[in-house]
Amino acid sequence: MNKASRLEGFGFIAPLLVLMVVAFNAPIVYMLGLAFWEKGRGFTLEHYEGLLEAPVYLRVLGNTMRIALIATLANILIGYPLAHWMRGLGSRGRVIAIALVVLPFWVSILVRTYAWIVVLGNGGIVNRALQWSGLTDAPVSFLYNELGVTIGMANVLLPFLVLPLFAAMLRIDDRLLQAAASLGAPPRTIFWKVYFPLTLPALAAGALLVFILCLGFYVTPAILGGGRVPMISNLLDTLINQIPRWEQASAISTILLIVTLAIFAAYRRLDRKASA
Amino acid sequence: MSDIRLEGVTKRYGTFAAADSVDLSVTQGEFVTILGPSGSGKTTLLSLIAGLNRPTSGRISIGGRDVTEATAQERNIGLVFQSYALFPHMTVLQNVLFPLGVRRIGGAEAGRLARDALKLVRLDGFEGRRPSQLSGGQQQRVALARAVVFKPDILLLDEPLGALDRKLREELQVELKQLQRSLGVTTILVTHDQEEALSLSDRIMVLDKGRVQQVAAPTEAYLKPANRFVAEFLGIANFVGLPDGRQGVIRPERVRLMAAGQGLPARVVEAIYLGQMVRYHLALEGNQSVVAAVPFLGAAHAPGERVSVSWESADVWPVT
Repeated sequence: MNKASRLEGFGFIAPLLVLMVVAFNAPIVYMLGLAFWEKGRGFTLEHYEGLLEAPVYLRVLGNTMRIALIATLANILIGYPLAHWMRGLGSRGRVIAIALVVLPFWVSILVRTYAWIVVLGNGGIVNRALQWSGLTDAPVSFLYNELGVTIGMANVLLPFLVLPLFAAMLRIDDRLLQAAASLGAPPRTIFWKVYFPLTLPALAAGALLVFILCLGFYVTPAILGGGRVPMISNLLDTLINQIPRWEQASAISTILLIVTLAIFAAYRRLDRKASA
Repeated sequence: MSDIRLEGVTKRYGTFAAADSVDLSVTQGEFVTILGPSGSGKTTLLSLIAGLNRPTSGRISIGGRDVTEATAQERNIGLVFQSYALFPHMTVLQNVLFPLGVRRIGGAEAGRLARDALKLVRLDGFEGRRPSQLSGGQQQRVALARAVVFKPDILLLDEPLGALDRKLREELQVELKQLQRSLGVTTILVTHDQEEALSLSDRIMVLDKGRVQQVAAPTEAYLKPANRFVAEFLGIANFVGLPDGRQGVIRPERVRLMAAGQGLPARVVEAIYLGQMVRYHLALEGNQSVVAAVPFLGAAHAPGERVSVSWESADVWPVT
């Protein structure tokens, strides 16, 4: 491509770039900048100091990480066998299975989350089944605690893990598995030495995506946590809409962004090492 | 190092028989090629021998042991796929070590065996590479090393050279033959390439629609085909009438081409220059066509030219 045509091409996308910068990037930079600014005094780090002084902020951050981690692990434990099972289906079964996995995507997250209240509530079907089967006498409280939030998040985010994993599993050539069998490997060895390592990059990518999405989740913790499970997004909501302390919110957002980027960078490094 | 026996091996998918009562016995150290067009059932047959598939009926034994119901893991077979099927997440050395690890051979001995196998296929120095960093020919050599490193009883090759270009294929054919001979391992190769079958094997089994057409040494299968299918599948076949009214087949190299007036009159339809040989498509009287292949010695007959042909009746092999 010569210089003139490159310039011409730039002319076509320039309006889009302007839109991106004005509508997306500038507000983010402004938000991040807020944390370093105090009216009338200029640059300051006191909002970060405020975060360190009030342990509640760091506790919420730690809490968020922990819940995100548990929800991600739950996703892996459910998603991996599910994707593996889908790989073994016929072409028609696969289409149906994918539709069932993706179906929740088409339903509003709000509706899905309220549906969990019906399912997990004290009079919900899970509790009724538990009591009817005699496993428990009193209803188990799934709602308005971490358990409920974790279940809800794991459900909402499952497709983000299952779909890339399923795609990676489909790409595995059956002949690799046959070759391993013909070389004398029992099924367990074939799984751990051949199949699993080949799905690992997709598993890591999916899990990372789920984890990062968990960090920023708002709707599900708000509804299923009933305000009793503080996560970062809910904290931000309080700081912005109720107290208003934008500077503090912006400082927390910056930390969240840095943590997310750090996790992502670590993953990229691992990935590059694995594929080198 | 074992012999292989197939007795009435049949594989049905519904009413379709991919392999139809196939009998074959391969002696120890022998190189047998299963040759057939695509869809002839040759790959099915190989997967039955490898244990990746179970026959509907019949018996398979390796080294005197009935393995009809044995899994692939229990058969101690070296299998090489056309697609190489190397483990992409492992290095060359790790690929070759894999069957040893499965057999609980580790440490220095495994390293020595793997290095020996790689030396055998002339890939020493490539231990640390990944399959994606190798050419097709090199990948195929790794697959071969991986298939022989654990001293399998038999070696099965599924179109191992099919994905390679012609020159490389010819080189690897020679290497493969030498390797097989030096290891003395009983080998079955599956291919649709008749040249490969003729050049590599001790014996050829020609397969069509799941049925065995002929099992014979390459020269015999080529010159004395059991039927029309074998005659046509193994190179170019001229069908000519015999004095007793039957049909016979004669190969193009056995047709003599002479100046006009010395034998059967013929007209050159097409002259195809092949390097060492020229192949003439000739029209005889009575609408019969004959192909003759003669060494190229500087001058060729042009299309339309009048010539004459003859052949020894002993070179004509009757077919049904």
